[in-house]
Amino acid sequence: MGRSIKKGPFVDFHLIEKIDEAKASKSKTPIKTWSRRSMITPDFVGLTFNVHNGKIFNPVFVTENMVGHRLGEFSLTRTFKKHGAHTAKAEAK
Amino acid sequence: MARLVGVEIPSEKRIGIALRYIFGIGPSNARVILSKAQIDPSIRAKDLNEQQLSQIVHAIQDGKYVIEGDLRRELGMNLKRLQGIKCYRGIRHLRGLPVRGQRTSTNARTRKGPRKTVGVQRNPNAKTGIH
Repeated sequence: MGRSIKKGPFVDFHLIEKIDEAKASKSKTPIKTWSRRSMITPDFVGLTFNVHNGKIFNPVFVTENMVGHRLGEFSLTRTFKKHGAHTAKAEAK
Repeated sequence: MARLVGVEIPSEKRIGIALRYIFGIGPSNARVILSKAQIDPSIRAKDLNEQQLSQIVHAIQDGKYVIEGDLRRELGMNLKRLQGIKCYRGIRHLRGLPVRGQRTSTNARTRKGPRKTVGVQRNPNAKTGIH
C-alpha cells in the first residue's frame, strides 16, 4: 500500500538539514548520506549525493526524472555476477 | 472482416470477445464500451452493420482509451525513463531479470527465457597448471 498523500513524501530530517545548508551556501560538494529511504523531492534536483550501499558511497547526481524515487534505488547493494572468466580478452571473443 | 480504429480486424467472434483483440482493451473495457454503444456483446463481429460499428468506434474514442500504438509508445517511454535514470528497476529491465524482487536462484524463467547452460570458460590469462 502506498503512503498517504496527507503526510507528504518522506525525507529524513537530517538529510533535509544538509540540503538546506548546501542550497544556502550553493556548494557543489556531494552530500554524504546513509538515508537510502528518503524520497527524492524537487529540492534535490541538481545536487550530488554519495549514497551508502552498505559498503561504499555511490555518487548519485539527481535529475528531474528521478523525483519520486528513493535515493537507495540508485545505489545498488549487490554485485552482478556472471559465470566464467571475464577478462578483456575473453569478452572480445 | 470488420475494421475498427485503424488496423483492428476482429473476425467471426462475438463482438464482446473480438474487441479484446485491440491492444489496450480487455474484458472489462470491452464490456463498458459495448454497454455505452448499446450493442449486445453476443452479436458476431461480421453481423454488425455500419451504424453499429461507428457507434463502437465513437464509444472507444469518447472514452479516452489509450490503445494500440499510443499505448505501446507509452509503455516504451516508461521503460526508457527507468533505464535512463539508472535506477534499480531500470537496471533489472536492462538485464532481463525480474523487476519486483522475485527469486532468481531458481525459476524466473519468464524473464530469463529458456535455460542457457554455461560451460566453464577458462581465464585465458591463467597459467597452464600441472594436472
